[in-house]
Amino acid sequence: MGFNHKHLIDITEYSADDIMTILETAVRFREVNERRIKQVPTLKGFTVVNMFNEPSTRTRSSFEMAEKRLSANSLNFGGSSTSTVKGESLVDTVETLCSYKVDMIVVRDKHAGVPRKIADVSGVHVIDAGDGKHQHPTQALLDLYSIWQTKGDLDKLHVGVVGDIGHSRVCGSLIPALKIMGCEVTVIAPPTLLPARPDVLGADHWTSNLDEALPELDVVYMLRIQRERLEGAPYPSLREYNMLYGLTEAREPLMKPDAIVCHPGPINRGVELDSYMADHPERSVILDQVYAGILTRMAALYLLLGGSEDGIAA
Amino acid sequence: MALLLRNAHLVDPQVGLNEVADVLIRDGRIVEIGHDLDMPKGVERDLAGKTVVPGLVDMHVHLREPGFEQKGDIASETRAAAKGGYTAVCSMPNTKPVVDNAVAVEYVKARAAAVGKCRVHVSGACSQGLKGETLSEMGDMVAHGAVAFTDDGRGVQGAGMMRRVMDYASQFGRVVMSHCQDEDLVGEGQVNEGVASTRLGLLGWPAEGEELQIARDIALCRLTGCPLHVQHISTARGLDLVRAAKAEGLPVTCEATPHHLFLTEDAIGDDYNTSLKVNPPLRTAADAAALVEGVIDGTVDAIVTDHAPHTDFEKDREFELAPFGMIGLETALGLMVTNLVKPGRITWERLVELMSVAPREILRVEPVRIEPGSVADLTVIDPDVTWTVDVADFASKAKNSGFVGAELTGRATDVYVGGYATLEDGAIVE
Repeated sequence: MGFNHKHLIDITEYSADDIMTILETAVRFREVNERRIKQVPTLKGFTVVNMFNEPSTRTRSSFEMAEKRLSANSLNFGGSSTSTVKGESLVDTVETLCSYKVDMIVVRDKHAGVPRKIADVSGVHVIDAGDGKHQHPTQALLDLYSIWQTKGDLDKLHVGVVGDIGHSRVCGSLIPALKIMGCEVTVIAPPTLLPARPDVLGADHWTSNLDEALPELDVVYMLRIQRERLEGAPYPSLREYNMLYGLTEAREPLMKPDAIVCHPGPINRGVELDSYMADHPERSVILDQVYAGILTRMAALYLLLGGSEDGIAA
Repeated sequence: MALLLRNAHLVDPQVGLNEVADVLIRDGRIVEIGHDLDMPKGVERDLAGKTVVPGLVDMHVHLREPGFEQKGDIASETRAAAKGGYTAVCSMPNTKPVVDNAVAVEYVKARAAAVGKCRVHVSGACSQGLKGETLSEMGDMVAHGAVAFTDDGRGVQGAGMMRRVMDYASQFGRVVMSHCQDEDLVGEGQVNEGVASTRLGLLGWPAEGEELQIARDIALCRLTGCPLHVQHISTARGLDLVRAAKAEGLPVTCEATPHHLFLTEDAIGDDYNTSLKVNPPLRTAADAAALVEGVIDGTVDAIVTDHAPHTDFEKDREFELAPFGMIGLETALGLMVTNLVKPGRITWERLVELMSVAPREILRVEPVRIEPGSVADLTVIDPDVTWTVDVADFASKAKNSGFVGAELTGRATDVYVGGYATLEDGAIVE
């Protein structure tokens, strides 16, 4: 099948074929997840370290669940509770981990570039579970999977990404990934939340007017307002943010009848989404995205580590 | 003690010299220049094929002593200077303690005299503790030999404070050297704002964060009459501001580093090489090209390195946590010869102005000319030797160069400070 990657760090190193291979593999793992016993021995004997150096519940538990369903041995290694607090350098921490003879490190870090550094130091497989404001490739994969499953195809879809583009690692992977798969991408944000060069990420259009952009979109991807990662407030109030950029019931008439709503979670209800849109039975795929996280992470772990076929086929 | 340098290609635009001749040196000064000179007793060196220029001066160097001796110290970094062909450097005051008083000036001078391999001109801080709040004792520092003032490492944030600094400094006839960085605008910026910041997911350090303070300091130069020297200029528009100030006749000069001339933000790849993390950051290719034009047309007065040694463990870490700065003393001459002199973009004379003449003028220290009576601070260059930048060869304690692996042409082989060799055939003279 031609999948030949050691790491999942930079989504731009993946071709459309590579990404489709992951999405199609995720479909096979969906079947596993619908059995009564949701576990296969595919990665039995492999050791995966979840090195989460900043707080994360959803991504870490999603990886841990994916690893367990593949029968890998997983070790949760929290930076905040261990070595870095004692002043150990990243390099020393990674070398310590490598002495355990692990097969893969899944890393979340608040600093951009750390996954590549770990790959260079460790020599083992690395998955970037989010590095600073840089990339979050498994989030992009689960988003693509959800959109693909709902819309039936990715090519030529017009995707609008709304919110804090400039400080978002989700965008750092999602926008390039959408472009790789042939989508048209519009980013919508107040100028204070746009990156210096949206074109460098791959965006085709950028605007600060949600109402004008909304009627064109097949997919409306709402970003979480990450208050903890904003130096100086880039908008005057959450109320005004919601007024200008919130996807609300009042805006629904502007949307295409079949447009869907995505969100990486966790949602700030009443800020970027109101409950009507977040829970919309036809449009919202937000919980599908969470499920897709398990499936695509299982697929990525399996493909990168080259696990056995045991038990995958029904 | 006499020294006779034979058959050297002498280049000194100050005296219109560009010819092969002999130089006779006695008691630290040049006594005669001519052909087939005689010397009854002394050391004789045949420098056929070599170029001899007035000793190079790097007016922007972090020696790190006192306080940060793990990164570098006066002994190690002045050795790096000698290896790079320099006869003098100007030390920056952001040590620990800060060089913001006469005692600290005396300490650096005394250490340099005891263990240094080149002259060390000491710059003092403009403000106490580099805090930008209270004037330092500039008068006392001048009395103890400080040559210039700067809060380098930081910009003086308040316009009122900078006006006070320049007003007060103007009575001493000394230059105020400005690190231009508006901290409120730059914030925690890591790399140039634009392509690099977006691609790498790092906070941007916008060109305007530098240009605002350049514009402000030029205005304050006009207001106070104090000579202004803009440090490590990195943007095309910043350079245009300096060009306009010079055209207006203001006493404004500026300097550029080889890394801002010959590297761009595009060099920072997905390996996040922290040796390329410098302040101000590497800018765009258009900025670098504009700086080269400024070097050619004279808008850039001096080439400096902003030599900033750091330990391996400080640099071998997360990009956002690594300190800013790269070393440069041992590569600057080769980079200039390779990229500008050899391709014919500047002459050897212009190189001498940039790396030797202008720095002394700006620092208001004794000029060095290749003529009888001048101090014998001389740099001997092999203009044709090719070499590869290798960390194992650095005399500096630090290895954080952004040019490791570069293939260069031209290198200093011998350096004379007051007639004494500090570098001979490429080796430090102990």
